[in-house]
This record gives sequence, C-alpha cells and structure tokens, in this order.
Amino acid sequence: MDASTFYKSTTTSLSMDFINQHIQEIYFVIFCVFIGIEVIANVPAILHTPLMSGANAISGVILVGAIIVMLRVPADDYLNLTLGGIAVFLGTLNISGGFFVTGRMLKMFSPKK
Amino acid sequence: MHAIIEIGYLIATLSFLGGLKFMSSPKNAKTGNLIAATGMVLAVVLTFIAAVTATVPYTNLVIMLLAIAVGTVIGKRLSDKVEMTGMPQLVSLFNATGGGCAMLLGLVEANQMDVSTTVLGNKILLIAGLITGAVALTGSIIAERKLAGKVKDRRSKAVIFTARILLVLMVLLPVLYFLGFIPISFTVFMYVLATVAMVYGVLFVLPIGGADMPVVISLLNSITGIATAFAGFVYGNKVMIAGGIFVGAAGILLTLLMCKAMNRSLLKVLAGTFKKSKNGTVEEEQEIKDISISETAMSLSFAQKVAIIPGYGLAVAQAQHVCGQLQQLLEKRNTQVDYIIHPVAGRMPGHMNVLLAEANVEYSHLKEMDEGNENMAQYDTVLVIGANDVVNPAAENNPDSPVYGMPIIRAHESKQVIVMKRSMGKGYAGVQNDLFGLDNCSILFGDAKVSLQEIVNQLKLI
Repeated sequence: MDASTFYKSTTTSLSMDFINQHIQEIYFVIFCVFIGIEVIANVPAILHTPLMSGANAISGVILVGAIIVMLRVPADDYLNLTLGGIAVFLGTLNISGGFFVTGRMLKMFSPKK
Repeated sequence: MHAIIEIGYLIATLSFLGGLKFMSSPKNAKTGNLIAATGMVLAVVLTFIAAVTATVPYTNLVIMLLAIAVGTVIGKRLSDKVEMTGMPQLVSLFNATGGGCAMLLGLVEANQMDVSTTVLGNKILLIAGLITGAVALTGSIIAERKLAGKVKDRRSKAVIFTARILLVLMVLLPVLYFLGFIPISFTVFMYVLATVAMVYGVLFVLPIGGADMPVVISLLNSITGIATAFAGFVYGNKVMIAGGIFVGAAGILLTLLMCKAMNRSLLKVLAGTFKKSKNGTVEEEQEIKDISISETAMSLSFAQKVAIIPGYGLAVAQAQHVCGQLQQLLEKRNTQVDYIIHPVAGRMPGHMNVLLAEANVEYSHLKEMDEGNENMAQYDTVLVIGANDVVNPAAENNPDSPVYGMPIIRAHESKQVIVMKRSMGKGYAGVQNDLFGLDNCSILFGDAKVSLQEIVNQLKLI
C-alpha cells in the first residue's frame, strides 16, 4: 500500500474515521498476537537463545519501513538522507547479523552422526 | 507491480511464521532460520525494486545500496567472530540496531510528512514507534555494556526517581503537545521526545542487577518488536506489523518465563530490588565436607548414572569443553551422563544449552529442570559446576529465605552431590546454601576448568 494514501485524511482529531480506516490492521494485530504466542510457546527451553536471536532478526523487518521513508526524502535534504541512510544501515545490520548468528548457533544443535 | 509486492509481503509474513514454527524442534530449527531469512530477503528486495521503479532520486538509491551492503558485511563479520559466551551481548547489540532504526525512521518520517493533513492517530503511532525504538536502542546498549562488565549497577534513588519522571514525561509531553500547550513544530517535538526516551532507556536498565539480565534482554527484544509493529501500522504494511508482533510476543513470553524461573515479579526486576532476608535470620554454622579430585574421580568411575548441573560459573571458567570431554570419557565406561539445566542458567534464556551444544554435547543429553527432578533419586553422583542458588533446598523448605519459592533442581535428592566451587562465596542472591551442609554433599574447591581437567586425567588412568 502506498504510504502517502495514509496522510490524505483531512480530519485532525482522533476520530472514528481512523479506526474505520485501520480496522483491518487492528484485526490483523490481534490475530498476530494469538498466533505468535501459540507458535512460540511450543519452542522448547533448549532453543530459547536461538529463538530470541532469530526473533530479533525478524524485528529487522523495520528495514522495509526505513526504505519506504527513504523514497520520499528529497535528494538535497542531507540531514534526513544521512539519518535515513543510518536507519537503513542499522536495519540491515540487525537482519544480517541476526540470521547469520542464529544459523551459526543452530548448526551446533544438528545431530552429529 | 503493486499486487506482486503485496503477494511478496504475504509470503514473507508466512515465512516468519513458518520459521518460528520450525524452531520447535532442534532438528528442524536450522531450516526454520533459513525460511525466515529467505522471507526477509524477499520482503526487502521487493521493497527496493518498488523504490527503483518509482521516480526516486538517484542519490537516495545509492545511499541505500551502500548502507545495505555495509550492513550485511558487518553483520556477517560480527556473527562469525562472536564467542558463544558473548552471545547475550551480541543479541543485545543487534537489538539496539533494530531500535535505532525504528527511532530514526520516526524522525525522518516526521520531517517528510505533511503535518497539517496527517491524522492524529498516525502522529500518535509515529510517536509510539519513536519512543519504543529509542528506549530499545539505549537500553540495549547499556545492557550490552553491563553484560560485558563495563558498566556497574547503579541502584541509587536518584537514578530510579529520574527514570520515573522521564517515564511520566513520555506520556505527558505528547498529550500536552496535542492540546497545544507546547508551541514547537512537530519535527522539533519529535527530536525532544527521542532525547527524553533515549535518556530513559539508559536510566531504565542501569539499576537492574546483572543476574536479571535474561529478563531485561528478552523485554528489550520485545520492545523492539513492538516498535516495528507501530511503524508497520503507520505505513499499513502488514509484513512489518506481523514481524513486529511475533517478536513482541516472543519477547514477552520469554520475559514472563524467566521471571517465573527466578520467582520474581517483573515489576520487582524492573525496580532493581531483591527481596531482603528477614531480620534475625541466623546463619547456621554449616559443617562442610570437602572432597579431593581423586576421590571425585573415583566416585564418578563407580557411578552408573551421573548428572551434571551447570551454571554460568562453568562458562566463566571456560570449562564447557573439558566438561564435554568428561562426559565422553564416562560414556565410554558405560556411565549414563545427563545435563540438568535450570531455565535461568546463563546470561540469557537458553544460553547454557548453546554453550554445551558448542562443546559437542548432543541435545538428547540436555534435560530440562522438571525432567531432571523427576528422576533425581536415580543419579548416583550429581556434579554441580558453577551453579549455586538454583540448587539451594532453602527455596523449598525455608520460608524465611530470600530464594524461597524459586523453582530449583533438587540435587539433594540424589545419592551423592559434589559441588565444584572456587571458594565459599555466596551466589547472586547472597544467601547461604543449605545444600552444602547436607550429609550427601561434598565440596570440591578450586577452579572448575583445572579440576575437571584433573578429573579427566585421573579417570583415564582408572
């Protein structure tokens, strides 16, 4: 969905419009909470560290947001280009480091024989 | 193009879910990680392609490509270099980067958007994402510094008091701003909030004790996830919402699990307090039997079933590899060896399992606390290495003890317990350990690594 469509509303107060516009997302969040808890509760204690670092890597999906915001920064707005660039860098670091290190840990858990 | 991207995001969301699902068995976990990583790459590449096809300035694209390339390389480097004992620090560090990304995104977005036409709901979401991101950023950095032993606990009243004021400010300032009491532009206001939240992150983690780090790390992890979800909500981007919420759920779940394993409420952990023992608790004189290395080797050689209870002291002494050797040696003599692992052993949830897996211990030997406790009476010899509070029977039978109520590994129910200790120092809780005075318990003094090596050498001769 294009981000700019979200800013077209002319109401400036927290109105029912906002809820109406976002009702899909609200449902989505609620389902995600329950599905997430169900799936994660099944992970055994032995794998909690890889789970955490893997989950940490998944939270790096914030990078998608960083890219979206970078699209709209004017090419001569150096302050925001710098901040956005750092954001993209940090997001990538989170993803790359997170998945690589989780992979390294899980390799040690595979059966050796 | 639009539809392709939406489908790509859907696949990515499913891959996160599938990846986490595969984590439920050690055999498939590696595949799970690969699936989630593939989904992530798909989501990022699709977003980037969308960027290239839109009319985006060349400069922006170059900056992004550079940032992605450098980030990937550094991430790979860091993850290749890290020692398994340093895993909690690295996870904290990566968590800080996620938080930092969320915070910067909030700042840049505040600059880009048309303030007059943006609905209040989106502004609030943006603020929420900014604050949670900033707290996760500085909080994780302090947690990392503390785990590395570079920053000490500061439990002064001033720190706790200031932290509470900042917490109130983070809620109050946006309310005042939207009511029109703060006459500054939205952009400047976001910078102010980011600063307040970053300072709060520091003060929030400073008073929390080193042993409570498993709780803090998982909590901060969850906060980053929530920050991601807030940002996803602003953009109506479902893959960001789903990813963020899954991480948030994982973090909260592990946080509560850790709190339960330490018998402490989350609030108490966050306040940095530890239950003090009641006044007048007389520390009874304990009669302690010590045992020599050759006696230990001897009783291990006669045992049919041996259990090893490792604590973080094992990792501090870098003794996990020698420990693995001892296990292999005993198994060659047809002795069954199990590891019984307390949920809070180590510096983050499940840390001890990773350390042992690195020392080539098969996961079928790693028993969880409940399973170990059920079969405790069958063990001929139990070796406690670098653990203290988690085997203290006072947690079950002395209501006056500060550790009372904490679930423990009932080592005292086995036939013989040998505790390897550097000195008679107390555990983190600062409590006398009733186990040491029991008849079936003896203590082997000395550095765990040196002692284990000696035991291995002597066992080879027997």
